[in-house]
Amino acid sequence: MATPLVVSEVAKSFTMHLRDGIRLPVVENVNFSVKAGECVVLGGPSGIGKSSLLKMVYGNYGVDLGQILVEHEGQFVDLASADPRTVLAVRRVTLGYVSQFLRVVPRVAAVDVVAEPLVEGGAIPAVARERAEAMLARLNLPRELWQLPPATFSGGEQQRVNIARGFITDHRILLLDEPTASLDAKNREVVVGMIEEKKRAGVALLGIFHDDDVRTKVAGTIVDVSAFSPRRAAA
Amino acid sequence: MNAVPSELATYNFAYLDEQTKRMIRRTILKAIAIPGYQVPFASREMPMPYGWGTGGVQVTAAILGPEDVLKVIDQGADDTTNAVSIRAFFQKVANVAVTTKTREATIIQTRHRIPEEKLTAGQTLVYQVPIPEPLRFLEPRETETRKMHALEEYGLMHVKLYEDIARNGHIATTYSYPVKVEGRYVMSPSPTPKFDNPKMHMSEALQLFGAGREKRIYALPPFTDVVSLDFEDHPFEVQKFERPCALCGAENVYLDEVVLDDRGGRMFVCSDTDHCEDRRDHGHCGTMLAYGKAAAE
Amino acid sequence: MTDAPLLKVRDISKFYGARIGCRNVSFDLWPGEVLAIVGESGSGKTTLLNCLATRLMPTSGTIQYRMRDGQMRDLARMGEAERRFLMRTDWGFVHQNPADGLRMTVSAGANVGERLMAVGDRHYGNIRETAGDWLRRVEIGLDRIDDQPRAFSGGMRQRLQIARNLVTAPRLVFMDEPTGGLDVSVQARLLDLVRGLVHDLGLSAIVVTHDLAVARLLSHRMMVMKDGHVIEQGLTDRVLDDPREAYTQLLVSSILQV
Repeated sequence: MATPLVVSEVAKSFTMHLRDGIRLPVVENVNFSVKAGECVVLGGPSGIGKSSLLKMVYGNYGVDLGQILVEHEGQFVDLASADPRTVLAVRRVTLGYVSQFLRVVPRVAAVDVVAEPLVEGGAIPAVARERAEAMLARLNLPRELWQLPPATFSGGEQQRVNIARGFITDHRILLLDEPTASLDAKNREVVVGMIEEKKRAGVALLGIFHDDDVRTKVAGTIVDVSAFSPRRAAA
Repeated sequence: MNAVPSELATYNFAYLDEQTKRMIRRTILKAIAIPGYQVPFASREMPMPYGWGTGGVQVTAAILGPEDVLKVIDQGADDTTNAVSIRAFFQKVANVAVTTKTREATIIQTRHRIPEEKLTAGQTLVYQVPIPEPLRFLEPRETETRKMHALEEYGLMHVKLYEDIARNGHIATTYSYPVKVEGRYVMSPSPTPKFDNPKMHMSEALQLFGAGREKRIYALPPFTDVVSLDFEDHPFEVQKFERPCALCGAENVYLDEVVLDDRGGRMFVCSDTDHCEDRRDHGHCGTMLAYGKAAAE
Repeated sequence: MTDAPLLKVRDISKFYGARIGCRNVSFDLWPGEVLAIVGESGSGKTTLLNCLATRLMPTSGTIQYRMRDGQMRDLARMGEAERRFLMRTDWGFVHQNPADGLRMTVSAGANVGERLMAVGDRHYGNIRETAGDWLRRVEIGLDRIDDQPRAFSGGMRQRLQIARNLVTAPRLVFMDEPTGGLDVSVQARLLDLVRGLVHDLGLSAIVVTHDLAVARLLSHRMMVMKDGHVIEQGLTDRVLDDPREAYTQLLVSSILQV
């Protein structure tokens, strides 16, 4: 099986200039990889750096050392050192991300928020909208909300828009930051089903799940992030 | 019509000193060499206020010779205050012959009209120009308008015409209607009615434009291509008058409205008084004149 | 995206006497890319923008622009006529104060149509139709086409300025604090509109702003300036979510959260 995501010897710390420049180490010597069709789950207690690690893989956080290799259009790209333009290209084509919270774009209807990644990838807007509607229907988002901007939606509704937006694409790698956190049992099941479909389609998934039930259902490998924590190593 | 030869004319012919005339002639030569281009010159104080034709007077003074025959018109008429004063001025300071006949004149100084009679080779038409810059309406900065002329950035001129159509449904500019000279410079024809614009095109006469307050001279040498700006779907058109001149019956000439009484009575007569008189002398007769004759009999 | 940059900026410096306007700024801008230049007032961001847009002559450095025919041209070596032609066809410049970028005494339609007439469009009906189409795209009612911008609100004026700039389908637009003097709801509408237009038209843009929220919403990439220097640059969300420099951290932590 192909391995489209390899994280190798990655270290990250925050320097807080506003607090006399103290350095907060986050992780060091992170090594793991995700195979196609596999769902790797980042585990460990909260505050250990799971979310930070996911953001590094997405290129949202910088890293101090190491490589984050992503297979993008037949070549491995190191997101740790790639220029912004390459990172954006990788995100557009290869690397998807479902965040915990939806960053709301003003005045854009939910269905268009969901369709946007497809349209950006060059899909015909009408076709993209159709697929977006199918996604929203599957996630049981009330039809009357589709044409409204999600700013005023509840947490669970916003999250479902977010999930739909993340899962609609054919990205080969998908990062999931607690996608089921504010969902009820029925919709959690829908998301689990969608993750299974992605796995069958050969997508490499990397996620954080606090819900034990969901985690056991989808996880292939669990990577314990506390193993990379410098604080633990020092203790 | 000529006045007694005055001593002033022998002291300093045509009022201006020779150095000034030389400076203005150089300016005129440059203006002729670059048709439509506004050439700056050191405009002098003249013994009349700005707005009374100081630019035209300086140009006339610089080109006038003792053998010239001068005609001065204001709104087409030879007998309005401005025309009479300027004519008297040159009689006094240059002893030149003056006339009201378009055909006899070698130099015609004009405010706001081009004579109806076709000008011929050897004649010079001198315009009095208040605002020489056609772009001034939309761009107040002189540095910018000069640059626009230099770089042929004339989009703005059409903005003015666009505004006209947007507001009135047609190009409502009736005077100072901008023209393009020899496919290069956009030029203001001074506040002549657009009716006269076609007469500028390929004219046999030399046309000189003097703006005294604005210190600019520009020119159209004989046989210059002069095109009025327009839109494809709103082509340039001259004014049309519903009836002929009430005095001489002329058609296709520019008419002035004359109010006759306080009960709405009015008549339309030739703005070019010489042309009108000439036609009447040749027996042409308009409705009003016929009515007058009939009443007299 | 094609694989050649639209704009190549190398070591641009601008000095006002002994004072530094901006110093040694280098970057490439790619087609379809939006770059935000952020920093507090006096940091040199507007000086840099004016140098890039050839409104100011840089003291040193080169700016190369890829023309429509694919040729890279040094802007400083271009003749003024060609540069001005470029500025009113292939470029746009959106001023913070719309009165600086609009003709306040001519109608909205003529404001939009001016660039068309400047490049030789001579059909009134077509010009008016295009102008009307652009007014619609920037959400100005067609019934306002003959009104002067003097009668428009601040937000409408800014939208009109944008329409006026985009009508010739420019490839590069410079924006100087485009949402500067507007209240919040008007800002949101304008940002959303600009975002949509940039996306639909595949524009490249350089946006100067002191507002990090504007930068996040509009830009792919950002540069943080302080005292005339670029102190940090990179992917917009990385600079905002994981700022490295002390000054950037200060800026980010100073955002008001809603």
